[in-house]
Amino acid sequence: MQLATDSCAKKTRMTPGQFFLKHNTLIIFFILLIISSLASPSFLTKQNVFNVLRQQAPIVVMALGLLLVLLTGGIDLSAGSIAAVGGMLIAMMVNKVGNTVGSLFLSVIVMLVLGVIIGLIMGVLITKVKMPAFITTLAFMTIGRGAAYMFTSGQPVRLNKELPGALWLINFGSKTSPALGIPWAVIVYAVIIAIFAIVMKYTSFGRLIIASGSNAEAVRLSGVSVNKYITSAYMICSCMAVLGGILITARAAIGTPSAADGYEMDAIAGCVIGGTSLSGGKGKVGLTILGVFTLAMIGNIMNLLSIASYPQQVIKGLIIIGAVILQNLSSKKE
Amino acid sequence: MAEQTYRVEMKNINKSFGGVKALNDVQLTVKPGEIHALMGENGAGKSTLMKILSGAIQKDSGQVFLDGCEIFVKSPKEANDLGISIIYQEFALVPHLTVAENIFIDRLSEDNKGFISWKKLRGSARQLLDELGFNDIKETEIVSDLSIAYQQVVEIVKSLSRNSKVLVLDEPTALLTNKETRHLFRLLLDLKEKKNVSIIYISHRLEEVFEICDSVTVFKDGTYVDSVDIKDINEQELVTMMIGREMSDYFPERNCKIGEETFRVTDLNNGRMVRNINFGVCKGEVLGISGLVGSGRTETIRAIIGADKKESGKIELYGKELNIKCPRDAFKNKIGFLPEDRKNQGVLLELPIRHNATISCLSRYTGPCGWIYKNNETKDVTELTGKMNLKCSSIEAPVKSLSGGNQQKVSLSKLIASQCDVLIFDEPTRGVDVGAKREIYALINSLAEQGYTIIMVSSEMAEIVGMCDRALVFRNGTIAGELNGSEITEQNIIKYAMGVGENATCN
Repeated sequence: MQLATDSCAKKTRMTPGQFFLKHNTLIIFFILLIISSLASPSFLTKQNVFNVLRQQAPIVVMALGLLLVLLTGGIDLSAGSIAAVGGMLIAMMVNKVGNTVGSLFLSVIVMLVLGVIIGLIMGVLITKVKMPAFITTLAFMTIGRGAAYMFTSGQPVRLNKELPGALWLINFGSKTSPALGIPWAVIVYAVIIAIFAIVMKYTSFGRLIIASGSNAEAVRLSGVSVNKYITSAYMICSCMAVLGGILITARAAIGTPSAADGYEMDAIAGCVIGGTSLSGGKGKVGLTILGVFTLAMIGNIMNLLSIASYPQQVIKGLIIIGAVILQNLSSKKE
Repeated sequence: MAEQTYRVEMKNINKSFGGVKALNDVQLTVKPGEIHALMGENGAGKSTLMKILSGAIQKDSGQVFLDGCEIFVKSPKEANDLGISIIYQEFALVPHLTVAENIFIDRLSEDNKGFISWKKLRGSARQLLDELGFNDIKETEIVSDLSIAYQQVVEIVKSLSRNSKVLVLDEPTALLTNKETRHLFRLLLDLKEKKNVSIIYISHRLEEVFEICDSVTVFKDGTYVDSVDIKDINEQELVTMMIGREMSDYFPERNCKIGEETFRVTDLNNGRMVRNINFGVCKGEVLGISGLVGSGRTETIRAIIGADKKESGKIELYGKELNIKCPRDAFKNKIGFLPEDRKNQGVLLELPIRHNATISCLSRYTGPCGWIYKNNETKDVTELTGKMNLKCSSIEAPVKSLSGGNQQKVSLSKLIASQCDVLIFDEPTRGVDVGAKREIYALINSLAEQGYTIIMVSSEMAEIVGMCDRALVFRNGTIAGELNGSEITEQNIIKYAMGVGENATCN
């Protein structure tokens, strides 16, 4: 066989520039980490790190869902609103039926199923009715936010501490686990990240999601029902959004209709900084998480340095632009 | 000087695409005020030469003269400025704008400091349309509301408004009805006589060429064959010129027994391009499907495998009717398909060879929860790519890193890995170099010998002649003729594909 002859021999040493471009997400992350720890002594404290990790819980789970949607070449603008719906409904439901911890879990499951159903509707509109994903999810963004306000005419719902189910949820949001004092929410999303990473790398589902985004027509002509995979991406994304909403409510001990506003944008930005392509077919779970925390770290260090929030937003935007330019450079270099 | 008598003269033009020679020392001369036909089989290099003339691509070497002066066109805009316009099959019109806006799209506000003078714009458009005798096209009409023929007229008016001296039409009548074609011809003859425009006319339709052209240049496999006046030649002679050289012997021998019929298509219909298609294929047989571009070959295949929804028709395998609604159904029923457009339909360029090869048969490698047994997969793909002599650094390399021929082998691997009984190849050797072509032919032969049922669609007549046991020739969405064994010659294929002497053969 003549395999592996010429091309292998060509493997040359990468220049530092090439190395930087190839691993830019990782390198930027560590550079920021070093700068931040030098800039503020309180940055690398256990309390601050856990704080950031906990704060990012909803964004992390939403980014994972969005990653799937982006991989198929779609977009989901509704995630933030769906999270608000989930956060509101879980608070209302637990206050009503949260007499036992068991009913809390049941409520959570009902909410997640609701998320799946919302995603199914969006997926069908996009794949069967052929509505553009942008418009479909934009409509659901409005619908979701409106609904979240409608449930209680805009009033936040405080979790009732008297009820065991509600108390459990509050404790889950605020307490830390016995393992090194890591917050529970962080443990939950660490497990979810692991599941996503395994599914994307080792199962046919993950592979076909990526393939569908890489070239849907070619995949369809290969005898794969592309629509099924695209729709399931939206189902998972909405489900993750609802989970994000539940985590927000648990942390704040209160369901707010205005919660998670614009979180989908942070999640998308995280995906993109992690090298996910908005045209589909390219993106990794690990790098997405790194992207989310890059963004989070920028926000955190600016807070620690007490930079005012307006310039913070400008700086954040500029950093996103810089990251994407780097991504483009690195994909061109390939 | 001799050059000065020609409007366009192209000399010793060479052009290669990634090592494949598309044009080899070709020439073309067009006189002022003549309609000059440019003919040749698909892939003869006609369009490539026209793209060079219009600046869409650059020549490797050679000279181009316009009215005796050498020109160096770097972009379509420069060609336009020189008075060379090319009208492609897909129009360059903005569908949602009006006729007037489209005609003056690049000069909407030329002498009005950025503001559009609607009155003047519409007035000039009206004037141009009237001049050419198209009183019934309104300058305020939205282009997408016009018929295809009138869109073409708008395209022509647009180029004439720039005082084109040379107009190139690439298969202008492919999409037109008979009446619309008449209309177009009247316009072209007018332009030639009244405005002294030189028209280069690319067409596969012999009768049209004989009707309106003054002279013809024939290309074959990227080389120049000859130029003659239309009045010095008849249809048969022109066909012989296009076929030209004898066939090279690069089709390997096949040694196989043709078995009983396995696959049958009955009364398949889908729009204008697929009308009443009936045919059967046998085990171990290679059935060729030939015909010109736009004759309905690909559309028929797409209707069979469910890539397009069919209107009616029955598809049977081993005498059992299949219900195929999408390509997934086709593959499930052991009918596999290789799409013609490799980059857009065949392979996933960004993904590794391994992922591409098993996408049609991934379920064979998965366990509970869709877990992929990577070792089995790697083993099989390595074996398959080895058998296909696919040259790659590793099966984990992205497909885009491969050459065209090797990319096609990936697409073929995918089809073979799907373990279908009926294999449909649409243009299996398009964009592939000669070496890889031979390998692909050998592969198809060995598949036939193993007892697969094979359908091969191809634009290359030599391929149909060299490879097929039986050939169907498509024309205007129907089967114009069926050729068996030794009847399969380029002569006969062209005869059916172009409808030469149709009245005689139809009965």
